[in-house]
Amino acid sequence: MTIINFTPLSAFTGGILIGFSVFVFFIFNGRMAGVSNIASNALMQSTDRPDNFLFLFGLILGPIIYSVFSGGVVSNMTNSYVLVVLGGLLVGVGTKIGNGCTSGHGICGISRFSLRSIIATLSFMITGILTVFIFGA
Amino acid sequence: MTKLISLISGLIFGLGLTISGMVNPEKVIGFLNIFREWDPSLMFVMVGAIITFSPLYYIFKRKSRPILAQFFVIPSKKDLDKNLIIGASLFGIGWGLVGLCPGPAISALSFFKTEVFIFVACMFIGFYIANLILTKNN
Repeated sequence: MTIINFTPLSAFTGGILIGFSVFVFFIFNGRMAGVSNIASNALMQSTDRPDNFLFLFGLILGPIIYSVFSGGVVSNMTNSYVLVVLGGLLVGVGTKIGNGCTSGHGICGISRFSLRSIIATLSFMITGILTVFIFGA
Repeated sequence: MTKLISLISGLIFGLGLTISGMVNPEKVIGFLNIFREWDPSLMFVMVGAIITFSPLYYIFKRKSRPILAQFFVIPSKKDLDKNLIIGASLFGIGWGLVGLCPGPAISALSFFKTEVFIFVACMFIGFYIANLILTKNN
């Protein structure tokens, strides 16, 4: 194993912003900012629908506002539609059945020392790492 | 007012995802690629977010209610069921295949790439399918 492209400072700064955003959503609205839950509720539940859509809209504005001040955002991904479709379906089905994603379990849940979230985070980290190991990076 | 807070929280979250590099699937896959060339950065994203939120959560959850809502909504489930592990494992496979999880996927819509639109559409179809399965089994 070799270490490459390591950017701890920007990663840590971004992490603090994410944690702060989760706190703001919690202390004002009383809710946990788990994105998969917010997104699936926006689709399937009428409760808090405007709030959920506005949160998602804010997520989209993030990179736009950042690029206004910085000049651009790097984002490279696979152009294989097979992978994109399969990946999207698995992420949707998996987070709905498992009740959370990287934010809901990985950040909100671990911050509360929830055993469920710790187990969920270990599970998706392990299968994510194995998937990249098998299918290559 | 909760609507404004939702927008602001989403925006700060989206800025955090952008600054940290989470909106770059290539970087996320680099993080999961621990057996070859590993980019540990995203561990710092999680650590940064947790050490920020966790103490604030424990300080403020003792308040009787949030500023703009009647009560705090905190997940109460404690049991480790098989849905949790199966669901999280399937999610990890999808995450590893493309390098996008739900938050960054939504943020990446701002790049106007066909691949991201298809990914997000399939993710929503996935929510819907899983919801059908869950309601059928309950």
